Amino acid sequence: MSRPVLLLARFLVSVLASGCASLAIAQSDSIRIGLLMVKTGPFAAPGKQMEDGLTQFLRERNYTLAGRKVELITADTAANPAVAKTKTQELIERNKVHVLVGPLAASDMLAIDDLIRAAQIPIIASSAAAEDLTQRKLNPWFVRSAGSSGQISHAMADYAAKDLKYKRVAIVADDLTFSQEVVAGFQHVFEESGGKVVQKIFSPISTPDYATYVTQLKPNLDAVFISFSGANGPRFLKAFGDYGLRGKVAVLAGMTTVDEAILNTMSDDVIGVLSSGWYSAATENPENRKFVADFRAANKADPGLYAVGAYSAGLFLEQAVIAVNGKVEDKQAFMKALKSVRIKASPRGEIRLDDYANPIVNAYIRRVERKDGRLMNVVLKTYPNVSQFWSYDPKAFLANPVYSREWPPAKNLE
Amino acid sequence: MKHVVIGTALLALVPILLGSNFYINLGTQILIAAIFASSYNMIAGWGGLISFGHAAFFGAAGYGAALLVLKGGFGHLAAALLGILFATALAGVIGALALRATGIGFLMITLALGQILWGLSYRWVSVTGGDNGLTGLTRPKLLGLSIDGAGAYYYLTLAVAVVAFLSIRQFAGSSLGASLRGSRDQPRRMSALGFDVWLIRWITFVYAGFWAGVAGLLFLYYHRFVSPHSLSIAESAEVLLMVILGGAGTLSGPIVGAAIIVLVRNLVSAYVEHWPMLLGALFLLVIMFVPEGLVPGLATRLRALRPSGRKPTIPAPPSA
Amino acid sequence: MHAWAVQTFNSVAFAGLLFLLASGFTLIFGLMKIPNMAHGACFMLGAYVGYSVIQAGLPFFVAVAAAGVALALLGAIVERVVLRRMEANEFAQVLATVGIGFIIADASLWIWGGDALQIPEPAWLRGPVRMGDLVVPKYRIALIVCAAVAALALWLLVDKTRLGAMIRAGVDNPNIARAMGIRVSTLSTFVFCLGSALVGMGGVLGAPIISIYPGLDFDMLPLAFIVVILGGIGSLAGAFVGSIVIGFIYTFGQAWVADLAYVILFLPMALVLIVRPQGLFGRPAA
Repeated sequence: MSRPVLLLARFLVSVLASGCASLAIAQSDSIRIGLLMVKTGPFAAPGKQMEDGLTQFLRERNYTLAGRKVELITADTAANPAVAKTKTQELIERNKVHVLVGPLAASDMLAIDDLIRAAQIPIIASSAAAEDLTQRKLNPWFVRSAGSSGQISHAMADYAAKDLKYKRVAIVADDLTFSQEVVAGFQHVFEESGGKVVQKIFSPISTPDYATYVTQLKPNLDAVFISFSGANGPRFLKAFGDYGLRGKVAVLAGMTTVDEAILNTMSDDVIGVLSSGWYSAATENPENRKFVADFRAANKADPGLYAVGAYSAGLFLEQAVIAVNGKVEDKQAFMKALKSVRIKASPRGEIRLDDYANPIVNAYIRRVERKDGRLMNVVLKTYPNVSQFWSYDPKAFLANPVYSREWPPAKNLE
Repeated sequence: MKHVVIGTALLALVPILLGSNFYINLGTQILIAAIFASSYNMIAGWGGLISFGHAAFFGAAGYGAALLVLKGGFGHLAAALLGILFATALAGVIGALALRATGIGFLMITLALGQILWGLSYRWVSVTGGDNGLTGLTRPKLLGLSIDGAGAYYYLTLAVAVVAFLSIRQFAGSSLGASLRGSRDQPRRMSALGFDVWLIRWITFVYAGFWAGVAGLLFLYYHRFVSPHSLSIAESAEVLLMVILGGAGTLSGPIVGAAIIVLVRNLVSAYVEHWPMLLGALFLLVIMFVPEGLVPGLATRLRALRPSGRKPTIPAPPSA
Repeated sequence: MHAWAVQTFNSVAFAGLLFLLASGFTLIFGLMKIPNMAHGACFMLGAYVGYSVIQAGLPFFVAVAAAGVALALLGAIVERVVLRRMEANEFAQVLATVGIGFIIADASLWIWGGDALQIPEPAWLRGPVRMGDLVVPKYRIALIVCAAVAALALWLLVDKTRLGAMIRAGVDNPNIARAMGIRVSTLSTFVFCLGSALVGMGGVLGAPIISIYPGLDFDMLPLAFIVVILGGIGSLAGAFVGSIVIGFIYTFGQAWVADLAYVILFLPMALVLIVRPQGLFGRPAA
């Protein structure tokens, strides 16, 4: 039986699908933004934050920029690079978006890199932090609204070495490219400031139990620097406390480990943890107070880096769209405007882009404390004008290999 | 044969009728999935051996070719052939190990070996790029023609798919195919008759690995990218889903199953947020009520509607 | 901290968790001859149920019991409504459990959202305790005790009661058991419920250490497989020994060869399947 019937059936399905699709596409005059996020699986929570952050921005502006209506179309990449590619294509070709925001994961971003170049569509990466995207592998259509992986851990290292005078630190992190870059940034500055990284452990992402790692830590440490995503941070910290290390060894963390989005699902194990980030919900400036209040009211959760990255993307969009008088179809002009944005006031303070399309931001050193009944990242110190290159000359920095598991080489391991 | 010609002609019209690159690409993805599913059907449907690690060959071809091109400086054609060879050889090794058992034991060994391969691709970062995978691949010119465009690549995939289906159909109709089905249904009797059941299964396994590798290679050049996800349990589970949904042991079942899964994942997901649950429920319903698969199930019910009004009897052993 | 001693403790604690996960799995596998591919999802669901119970203000061990009951109920429904239909077709049953696992996982995402959730252990079990040179968490000691109690209770059930004898008969040879008048199908329902209850409780008991998050199902299922294949399908003793072996391999493997930690876990399973498919304590296939 079969072949012609089923092939005909398939044929009909595709025709039907395209029919439905054309009905669905709003052939309107609005500015269409495609948001690549994740709705299913382990990354669903940060994905939701991305959506919430961007929709808050759009709500504030009444879904209008430079007089034109704005339409937001979301796509679920399921944190699967192949799906990310297909969805990106769908957004570009079916929905005819003018600009993309996202995607969530760095691996998704790397997968769609060539698509972006071919389609010549501006993309604002609101969370993907892979270093080379704004260093050695530049894409002319790419702009980042978050920060690079190592950018902020440089500040943590400086604080640890100079302010806290730590000398012996161990590193424990997810065995993920992102975390490897974060800790590399820390190690780079820490060791150049006179400290020593005496141990470096990378744990698999799906580690159910951190007991083994916690109990392997070398004695007489000043601190341990950790970088985890999702549930791994709280689990590590719990094991850390359970085995009596709390209070004995300080905990320094990357931004994702104690991100506001997951902070309030953690127990008091996490109080006292120091971290560095380009945002804190506890920053005292008028924009942030309003932003946080609105976010809490709308979403019953605190805004974390995924939400703020997306909100920042909104701010970038606004400035760029106004600069081209709403004519986002003029891609070259729009892209140029995107790369020249300079935000004077935002929940994060001042933001502008460096020559490599990466933001120069305030880096905050934060400590987890309980305030008004909730856990917050209270700001201890602010480093202004932090770029992805820290105090290094960009050319010299780029001459080195990209941050990775192997670079900078850990020469002080015991 | 005329079925095949009509079918191919219809499919060849798809890019012209659909126009938009997005849909053409969707068609390409369905074809690649269909080749992969058909290869799995050889061992799972006609062989009766449910493996949970078929993605190993799919991904191995991709990684093999990508590594040779990106890191070894090989030409595309050589890398492609070697990649497929690698997948086939891997199938030989894994088949030899897994076929020491049957049934659940076979399932577990394939699962374990598949996971080991996945673990390697994930952690051996210096070689495989870890979770970021290998990027930066370009599509070469074939016989002087560019295959960069969606339409061009679709036709390439269609051509390979037709060859694949014809070959697999040929296999199914051959005496080896018949012995395979015999070994599935009556292994002891086949042995008693003098057939080397192990060898029959092993050859099938290797051949299935070959076609899975071909699909993997097409996938690699379609996405210009390979990541550990190609080797994951999720991928192996998905191809299992495709074959069972469509109809194991039939020729067109895997194709239909592949189309459904790819369409749900890429199209339906835009409208239905909880599409994994939808897929799970659909799968469950098929298992419970149409266990032979959608294609045979539909065929049986359609036949029952014919004027002769005969009720469907126990369906004949799958041969179509 | 003395490295060997503390890692040994960790191994035993992890083994306790593995036993809770694997004991249900091995019983179901042994009697019904199918790997319950939804087992990881049931572990996760049990943890989520426990979370909600604790959020409602009830104490920890009530949450554990509630998860057990809830999962037992779900197990009964699944077994009678779905699996019973395909009694003769084991592959169909396995595939059905795959579908169910998918559904449970996505439904959990829908109900409890995508954030990672924590369950605090009971206050009296919080914090470390000093045993000579060793500093170990109180809760993990409690976990070892719970697993030991479960192991003892299961052993008594299977070895010393008539019901247990019937189960053992069903595992060894279902046809002869039926011929002797043992209602294997009813037993299957019972065992499926028991296995589900065990894993549900295991989910809550493990949650203070592992926490609860989407994807937990896929993280735990391979572990159940590994323990049961190693120990022998259908054998509780096998699950017990298998848990301990894997607990040690996992813990020490992570400490010594972190890079290959994942591969290390699957090697024993692959080896056993190839060399001695019935596992350490199982019976050779009929």
